[in-house]
This record gives sequence, C-alpha cells and structure tokens, in this order.
Amino acid sequence: MLSIAENDRGTPAVKTTATVTLEIDGRQVTVPEGTSVMRAAAENGTAIPKLCATEMLDAFGSCRLCLVEIEGRKGYPASCTTPAAAGMKVRTQTPALGRLRRNVMELYISDHPLDCLTCPTNGHCELQDMAGAVGLREVRYGYDGANHRDAVKDASNPYFTFDPSKCIVCSRCVRACDEVQGTFALTIQGRGFGSSVSAGQNESFLGSECVSCGACVQACPTATLTENSLIALGQAQRSVVTTCAYCGVGCSFRAEMKGEELVRMVPNLDGQANHGHSCVKGRFALGYATHRDRITTPMIRRRIDEAWQPVSWETAINHVAAEFRRIQAAHGRHSVGGITSSRCTNEETYLVQKLVRAALGTNNVDTCARVCHSPTGYGLKQTLGESAGTQDFDSVMQADVVLVIGANPTDGHPVFASRLKQRLRQGARLIVIDPRRIDLVRAPHVQAAHHLKLRPGTNVAVLNALAHVIVTEGLVDDAFVAARCEAPAFAKWRTFVAQERNSPETLQAETGVDAAELRAAARLYATGGNAAIYYGLGVTEHSQGSTAVMAIANLAMATGNLGRVGVGVNPLRGQNNVQGSCDMGSFPHEFPGYRHVSDTAVRQSFETAWGVPLHDEPGLRIPNMFEAALDGSFKGLYIEGEDIAQSDPNTLHVTAALSAMECVVVQDLFLNETAKYAHVFLPGSSFLEKDGTFTNAERRISRVRKVMAPKAGYADWEITQLIAQALGYPMRYTHPSQIMDEIAALTPTFAGVSFDRLERLGSIQWPCNDAQPEGTPTMHVGAFVRGKGKFMLTEYVPTAEKVTARFPLLLTTGRILSQYNVGAQTRRTPNVLWHDEDRLDLHPHDAEERGIRDGDWVGVESRAGDTVLRARISDRLQPGVVYTTFHFPGSGANVVTTENSDWATNCPEYKVTAVQLTRVSQPSDWQRRHQAFTETQLELLGAARAAAD
Amino acid sequence: MANDIARYFASEPDHAEAVAGIGTHLRRFWEPRMRAGLIAHWRATGGEDLHELAREAVARLAEG
Repeated sequence: MLSIAENDRGTPAVKTTATVTLEIDGRQVTVPEGTSVMRAAAENGTAIPKLCATEMLDAFGSCRLCLVEIEGRKGYPASCTTPAAAGMKVRTQTPALGRLRRNVMELYISDHPLDCLTCPTNGHCELQDMAGAVGLREVRYGYDGANHRDAVKDASNPYFTFDPSKCIVCSRCVRACDEVQGTFALTIQGRGFGSSVSAGQNESFLGSECVSCGACVQACPTATLTENSLIALGQAQRSVVTTCAYCGVGCSFRAEMKGEELVRMVPNLDGQANHGHSCVKGRFALGYATHRDRITTPMIRRRIDEAWQPVSWETAINHVAAEFRRIQAAHGRHSVGGITSSRCTNEETYLVQKLVRAALGTNNVDTCARVCHSPTGYGLKQTLGESAGTQDFDSVMQADVVLVIGANPTDGHPVFASRLKQRLRQGARLIVIDPRRIDLVRAPHVQAAHHLKLRPGTNVAVLNALAHVIVTEGLVDDAFVAARCEAPAFAKWRTFVAQERNSPETLQAETGVDAAELRAAARLYATGGNAAIYYGLGVTEHSQGSTAVMAIANLAMATGNLGRVGVGVNPLRGQNNVQGSCDMGSFPHEFPGYRHVSDTAVRQSFETAWGVPLHDEPGLRIPNMFEAALDGSFKGLYIEGEDIAQSDPNTLHVTAALSAMECVVVQDLFLNETAKYAHVFLPGSSFLEKDGTFTNAERRISRVRKVMAPKAGYADWEITQLIAQALGYPMRYTHPSQIMDEIAALTPTFAGVSFDRLERLGSIQWPCNDAQPEGTPTMHVGAFVRGKGKFMLTEYVPTAEKVTARFPLLLTTGRILSQYNVGAQTRRTPNVLWHDEDRLDLHPHDAEERGIRDGDWVGVESRAGDTVLRARISDRLQPGVVYTTFHFPGSGANVVTTENSDWATNCPEYKVTAVQLTRVSQPSDWQRRHQAFTETQLELLGAARAAAD
Repeated sequence: MANDIARYFASEPDHAEAVAGIGTHLRRFWEPRMRAGLIAHWRATGGEDLHELAREAVARLAEG
C-alpha cells in the first residue's frame, strides 16, 4: 500500500528540459518530453484509472484500465505506455471508455474477496478505489466460478503477510523486486488464470531470496502484501516525513502514525536520497524504539558492582556536574571528556562538543568516526580540501565505470546498492576490489568486469599498482591535471608510482592480485568514460587507512574523474550521521566545519559566540582517552549514544580503561555494553522522539521530525543542555532549529542552512551559502576546495600484523544486511530471524585442514585475545582469510581485534587480524566471564527497575 | 605510533620536508600530554626505538 499521504502519478517522472504541449480533456498541458499521457494527466489534476501502474515502476500496460481515446488514433491506447506528444488531443472519460473499464473491473472483482470492511487496506485499496472510479455496480459473472479466494496466506515473513487470495496479478510486486530492488526474488508462475505471484521457486517469502526491502509491499495496490503492523493496528491517521536512523544512505521516510503509535514507515517517494526505496532495517526494524529493554529513568551508582539507584533527572544531572567538577579539581581540567554520537542529530552532536569545549574547557571530544571514517576526513582534506564525498547518490546513474573497494553495499548500504545495480543493468561496468566475493561480484543481471581479490591489508599496494598502470601506459588526463592540480606534487607522485616496485607484476606476490587482471581494471577505470569510486570501511579500517583514501583521490585526479556528475570519490558512511557528527566539530582537533583549534581567527569566533576562552591544542582521541585512563590522568567520560565497549578494538583494553575511570556517564536507550561499566545512566531518546537533522554520506542534511514524546521525558539535546546548565554554563535553546541557526552562523559551509530552508527544499547538500543557496550536489566543480588538487605520496607500508606459524590466517570483519553495527537496535527486532549469531566464515580448504565442519564451534585466537564462534564454510573467502560480523556482544569479535591503527588518525585496523582456528567444545574464558558479568549487571538493573516501578 | 607516522613520511624524497611533516602532524593531531610523553622518552633515551625521521622530528619539537 502506498503512503496515505502520497498521490501516485502512475509512471516515473522524466528529467529533460524539452517539453511538449498537448490537450487532455480540453485543457492544454505542458510536460517534459517523454512523459506518459497518464502522468501528464495526473500532473494536471486528472486521475486516469489505473491498477498496474505506479510511478515507482516503468509502465507495464497490462491492467487495461487506463485506456484513453486519442484523436486520430485507432482503438484505446493505454495511457501509461503512450508518451505525450505535441498537439495530441486526449480524452480520458467517454461512454466507451467507461464501459471498457467497468468490464475490466467486473473481471477483477469476480475473483476477489468482498471483505472490504475487514480488510487491512480498507479505504486505501486501489482496487476498491478503482471500483468506485469506474462506477462498478454489478458483476455479471457472479462469484461462484473458478477463483483464488481459498489461496493460503504466507505469514513466514515477520514484517508482512502475503495473501494471494487478494492478488490481481498486476505484477507490481514482481516489477518492484526487479526494477527497484534488483533482487529478482519474485516471479509470476503459471499461465492465464493459473498465474500467481511466487517467491523464489514457489518458496515461502522467508525461505526465498527476498531481502525484505518492502518494495513489493509498497507497490501492491491491494491487501495482497500488507505490513503486519498495519494488519494489527489499522490505518494511520497522519504522516510525518523524517529520516532513517540506520546507515549513511539517510533514506527519507513517512512515519505513519496513529496518535503516538507508529503504524508503519513508508519510504518517501520524494526522498532525495532514496527516491521511495528502503531496506529491511529502515522500513521494518523499528521495534527497538518501544522495546521493553528501554530504560526510561535516570540512574546512578558509586561503583559498577553496586545496584543502580533510580533518581530524578535533577539529581542525576547535578550528580554528573558535581562529579565532573570534582574530578577536574583533583586531576586538572583535561581529565574529563566526551564522545558524541553518529546516531544522534547534528544539533545534539554540536551541543556535546560545545559542552566539552566551552563548559568543561577541554578539547577531549571525539566521535565514533574515529573507528570508521576518520581516515576519510584526513585523506580527502589533504588531497581535495574537504572532508567529504564529492557526489550525490543520483550521480551513479551517469557513471560508466564503478569501482567499489572495501565496501559491501548490498549489505551495508542496500538502498544505494539498488541504485547501483540499476545502473549496472543499464550497462555500466563494475570493478570490485575486496578480499571476499561480495554479492555485487555476481548478482542477478550484474557481474563485475573485474574482481581483484586482494589479501587483507594490501589496499595501498593495489591502488599504487593501478596508478602505476595509469601513469606508465599514458592514461593520465594531462589536461585535467595541468589545469586543476599542483604541478610539483603531481610530478613527485608520478615519479613515485612509476617506479617498478609499484608495478602490478612486482606487487602481485604481496597482494595476491593477478597482474594482468589488475592492468585490465586500471585501463577500464581510466578509459571507460565517467568513472566513480565508492569505498567503505574496508579502505579506512587499516593501518594505512588514510594513505588508501589519499591513493583513491590520486587515482580520481589523475584520470580527471572529479568535478562533474557521474564520477567522484564517494565514501559510504556506516552510520546515519557519521558525516554530520564529523561536520559538527566532534574531532578533538577541529571546530565545526573542519577548522583546526589552533586557528586563532576561527577560535576567536567561537569564543565570542560562546562567551568563554577556548583551548588551542588538540584533545585526546578515543584510544588516547583509554591510554590516559589507564595511566591515571583521565577520569571522567560523557558518552552520548555510543557503545565503545562493544565497538572498539581490543575489548579487554577498553573495559580496563572504563573500569579505571571514576565517572562514566552513558546516555543511551539501553543498558549497552559500555553502560555496564557506567556510574550514571541517562535515558536517551530514539530518532522518533526528537527534532533535528541528520547528514548522510552525500552531505545531504535532512530533517528528523518528532512523532512521539520522548519516553524518558527529554530529547538528547535537552539532556546535554541540562548538564551544561548544571555545570554553570548557560545553554538556553528552546528548539533544535535555534542550534542549527548557531551552527550556520559559525560555520561557513553551513551558512545558508536553516530549518525553514530545509522545509522548503526538502534537504540540502552542504556547502550551502550565498554562492550555493540551495546546496552543492557535486563538489569541486571548476576548482578544488583547496584550490589546486594535491597528489600525495602513498608508499605501501605492510601492516605490522603478520601471519606466522602460530597465527596463519587473516581475520577480517564486516556487517550483514539484517543487523546494524553493535546490534543494539536490530537485535531487538525480528531481524534476528535472519541473523541470530555472528558466524565465522572460512574457506573449505582452511576448514578441511583443521577438521572443521559447518556449524562447529571454533576457537579464534589472536595476539590480543580469543573467542569462540560457530563456523560457516563458504567459498566467498579465499584460502587464508576468515571473516566474521560483530553484531552480538557475546561473540567477542573485538576481543580478538588488535590495537593497531591508522598512522594518521588512530582508526583501528579491524580488517586485518592474524588468527589461528581450532575446533573447541565450549565458550572462551572471556565469553564465560562476559556472560557472568552481564548476568550480574542485568540483576543490578532489574533491582533498579523494580524500585522505579 | 610516531614510527608509523615516520614510515608514511619516509617516502618523501626531501628529507627536511619529511621531518617537518612529522612535526606538523604531531603538533596538529597529538594532545599535548602525548607529545610531552614522546619528548620525555626522547630526552631519557635519545629516542630509543624511534624511526630516524621521528627522532629528528621529536628533537625539533623538544626545541619548541
């Protein structure tokens, strides 16, 4: 069912400046050339009856309801498949058309249950609407003939039900799965009257290849595919546009509400990042927001082995302020700090860093981008001049060659992956650089031209080899480089990469990538037309993460693939607001807008606005905070919406550091792993409970809108403000729009951003200022932000994490479609049906050598620690490489990962850990201790909740 | 960590530029107590276990 707030115009919009003027029912209308007659009519207020048409899908012309008469043409053409033409005269309502449409409807209704009053889509059913629109008054065929009304429902999917008795076989679901999602999981089986929708090979939806994106449910014009929440709760009363709080695609949704109850989330057709598409997380995995595990009462305790004490907000806030002031008095003002959240809004993130810098007087503030995309910030700033991706997502539709390195978009950024697959089906060529055979390498109607299956840790070597080919085979875009880049730096770089030690042949033994294949990939990237690079944490989470980002930017500059649509360097951000949290000054060395704290003019502008002197030296990064905690110089930490005890590497080191602190304050929805080491718990609010903005991977700032009251009484920005006030620092915002106004006043790249402008434009891609008042979809047009682009030297330095006889395998980590990062949200939803534990994937060869069978418990030991996971044997891996996800705290994936990190930013080297595997029969010592500790902490929480109740 | 930074700058053919690059990086990204710890190590040991470029960069940092 479409959103209750949307008016479907039948066929996709056409983007062209050329127009045609035609006459529809006597009215002159002008539309872009190529627009269907159906859409031309709809855009001018005339709704032509339709069933198989929806603007999400290409016209299909099967339902025969949208017939029209066109002067000078024979018969009754379908308006969905007929392009509007200049001078055309169309009639949409005539007696003949009325008879034809009623005849069609009679046939549909003769095989459809007449249970409208108890049907979940009653009032929003397109079949019902069309029956009314065509004036259906009788069904001459009766209802007793052959029919499908006894067809059995499929309720296997936790989020929607398939009721084939209501199916009109319009194929919208099948086409949505094909055209929009690109999974091709559905089909029409049978012929004629026996035609029916089938998931996979006549399987259940849950058992099929369906990825539960919801596109079919949204496309269905009847109640054949319906959300279970809609079936349970009934129709929504209102619709509020907001932004998803999962990955960095930042999909726009309509939250359909009944009072304060969320009935369903429907992807917004007008959403500028997602254009009406969604994935299983954003569309359905919302149950966490009202999960019984949510804590809604502030709590404090002196020690982590004591029971939590439920307290009032006032008591909790005053306790935090008193503890931080006590610690600062005893250990100095730099003995405390804060961590902002990439899941919270820009306004909330801005306030936390302001609190730390202005109220606590230190620059000890960092964010989880430290452990994901901090190398992106560094690398792109050095080369291009701005710490952000260069394009919008739509740009991929004009790419001819797409290079995906260290990213798994179908799992991590599924809505973007669907767009990418659309473009690949149109003929764009794909290069994948990844140690694993990710889904994109070979998917329905998609096959990578080249898969460079490199060894983990050799990204820079592979990127240098690609550059070597481009330079030595004369594939550099000399005109672009001469006009747009610093000549001395380019000359130095060209000499460097041209050296034989950077050739594919020399590096082949190190990287494991066939030299001829690499050369072919380099030639394709350099000469295949518009070439765009998309990358993820497989690039950044390495000891040379920043070097790899700079190598990527070098490649794009050398081939002239920057500064226009269809090309670019595109970091796929992991969390919903990673880009925003970085933009908002979360790093310890930068104010909002990526300006160094030592810049006197910038610092003075903040000092003037904030009314206090500010420190001019960089503060501690998260790993530095841990070290300082362990050496006794860092004692107090305010953590908003992050779970560092699960997400950061070397868990034992992190928990030891947390245990060494005197006041750990966690502001979150749940008692997460970090909160088990906390002294103060402040109950946070979900994205449904507050106003603000998120900024996605394409620098797109989108509104988050409050649809229900905060469960614990305050939005997160209000809690931070209360702490500031208790510390004696005035913050008196009454709405997040005022915070954005302050951000805009102090940050040149945000100068034109306001809630009013966001309301008007829908979303804005920064920079937004007087020169670009409606934002900047493509950056570096004409010139780079830094002026001339700067080629950086990118020497390959092998990681210190070596395989040895004791640790002969390389472990790399990643995430899966159904789960999200530490799993705090998705583990509390039915998404666990798809993924209820983290598995260790290994190649059959490595399994056989060790006598490991699929499903065996396997001990995974590294230099940092050991854990136990169940094995899954998979030929996606290459021999010598193993893989796991990290969504479940008990898995201990980060007990195994080491503290090796990127040389420039400290971003951990999650992607390369040398390990050994052995078959075992019991959990690791850490897992047993973790289980016992968790049980104790839950008991301590249970006592507090009982007291609060 | 300082050695990792030095290994990145080691490919810079201009020695002075490499040393300056390390120093700038340490000043712009390292918190003062971390820099102080590195300088203390250099003073106490002459830069034991430090990459040659890092040792030079720390020496310059120590000079202020």
